[in-house]
Amino acid sequence: MQVPTTKSEALAYAKSEVLTSIGADPTVFEGRRKKAKVFRLGGEISPILYWTIAAFMFGLVLELWCFLSYTGRVSPLILPTPTGVLSSAIRLWQAGELWPDIKISVFRIVAGFLASAVLAIPLGILIGAYKGVEAAQEPLNGFIRYIPVPALIPLVMVAAGIGEGAKVLLIFLGTYFQMVLIVADVTRLVPRDLLNASRTLGAKPHQVLFNVLLPATLPGLMETCRTMIGWAWTYLVIAEVVATDSGLGYRIMKAQRFLRTDEIFVGIVILGLLGLLTDLAFKFLQPRLLPWAEEGRNG
Amino acid sequence: MNAVEASSTPILRVENVSKTYKGRKGDTLALEPTTFSIAQGEFVAIVGPSGCGKSTLLHIIGGLIEPSSGQMFLDGQEFFEAGAERGMVFQGYTLFPWLSVRENVKFGPRMQGLPLEEQESRASHFLNEVNLHGFHNHCPKQLSGGMRQRVAIARALANKPRILLMDEPFGALDAQTRAVMQDLVLGIRKREKTTALLITHDIDEAVYLADRIFVMTARPGRFKAEIVVPFGQDRTEAVRDTSEFFELRKQVSHLLHDEGRKVVEAELATARIREG
Ligand SMILES: Nc1ncnc2c1ncn2[C@@H]1O[C@H](COP(=O)(O)OP(=O)(O)O)[C@@H](O)[C@H]1O
Ligand SMILES: [Mg+2]
Repeated sequence: MQVPTTKSEALAYAKSEVLTSIGADPTVFEGRRKKAKVFRLGGEISPILYWTIAAFMFGLVLELWCFLSYTGRVSPLILPTPTGVLSSAIRLWQAGELWPDIKISVFRIVAGFLASAVLAIPLGILIGAYKGVEAAQEPLNGFIRYIPVPALIPLVMVAAGIGEGAKVLLIFLGTYFQMVLIVADVTRLVPRDLLNASRTLGAKPHQVLFNVLLPATLPGLMETCRTMIGWAWTYLVIAEVVATDSGLGYRIMKAQRFLRTDEIFVGIVILGLLGLLTDLAFKFLQPRLLPWAEEGRNG
Repeated sequence: MNAVEASSTPILRVENVSKTYKGRKGDTLALEPTTFSIAQGEFVAIVGPSGCGKSTLLHIIGGLIEPSSGQMFLDGQEFFEAGAERGMVFQGYTLFPWLSVRENVKFGPRMQGLPLEEQESRASHFLNEVNLHGFHNHCPKQLSGGMRQRVAIARALANKPRILLMDEPFGALDAQTRAVMQDLVLGIRKREKTTALLITHDIDEAVYLADRIFVMTARPGRFKAEIVVPFGQDRTEAVRDTSEFFELRKQVSHLLHDEGRKVVEAELATARIREG
């Protein structure tokens, strides 16, 4: 709850303080000035308006696509028509080629991402919590993280071959080092006073770690996972484009070899939809798993 | 320990405690060696211009910052670390947002491994003390600033600390809410016989609540004056209208304004030097 700024707000606020019975909800002073919140810095808008704008933007992109493709302004070799892409998708689906690709790609993402999360989250928290661990890990990680993952592909293939392990390993390498550092930052951002308060309440060091620091990082960890899954998709496609005979990345590569732009688009659109779905899943889960977290910062 | 000894040993004794912050741009002397005691049941307030080391001093007593020199004793026992027997209320909001109001209050007793019934009865008792009967299951983000500080007070008291340390606990609240909170603290003190050390920048608050007021100098902070407030623990709101209250208020105010002016002048001087 914010400290009230206007006189009427302050009065309502004080009243709610005095009347400490239930029902004296201090959030009553909303009212009036609702206009033009869409463009107010940091302003809130209703979910309906939010999704209307979102749908409108999707519609706009689709319309532009239709305009450019159906009118022949852009060659179908570069930009196929939406209906063309849709019929290709249906054809591939019925031929039973699409589903196995989706399955294997999702499996690789989940495996690579889980492996890196399981290792990066505990280590990141330790780095954020203890200077000694930070000194041992952070500079080293900072160095490795700037090595572009594609540069490691030859090495990975020599070490792990071209089997499933290699793909999962690439996704792991692409996300792990970033994730460690982001989790360390999330941990360091836990307010000092929260830890101090628990110490003055008699919490011992291990109790501060497990009962305060850990829960306090949860919203940030969830946000980190959301970001890192996005990265994982990128590395998945890199891995599948280079060396494999299955998955959505492979489908796109193969389509390119036969100049099937419509099939390339099928792959791209499915990747986009899966990404969107993961994002929506996080948006759905966040307020349900961590209802206590303050909203706003990341959305 | 017999009764005579008990009354002569102060609850808190601070001896020559000072603090120098080491920084890249040199060291900052934040607090000059400071000595004082607080007796059982006493309510002591510290006022001083901003940046004079009040928070530093309180954090040192809370065991959250290491002093550069000096010693501290609780009931005659030297201490070094933070502990439940020195409860603390911070200026900012420090409730655990993932715990309900009731769970927040139970936090201390739970960390100490007290039996569950004891945890529950303390939570009920101290939430009653701060007038939050209907709010046990609310989560902190649903509460107003004043309510959050009530929970913070209940949470600190739930450990039955020997002394309650408060660092400008109502500094972020508006005037009306602050007045309500001051009456609340007065009531709690009377019922619970709380020993307390309160830091505030609100002169009225200091005179209204404290038995003794220390006025600090501008940085580096030092205790410049001690003012005894004779109203006792049974004072009521009516005391605010007495001429004695007015006189004490004026006295503290004069002492403080001198220091406030020094702070502003020092800042202007540095600015002038910087401009060349
Ligand atoms: N961690 C720190 N490092 C360096 N200087 C500090 C630190 N904390 C406080 N100070 C400085 O010490 C002085 C006293 O600070 P503080 O105790 O917070 O003052 P107050 O609570 O009286 O406003 C200030 O000048 C502040 O800038
Ligand atoms: Mg302060």
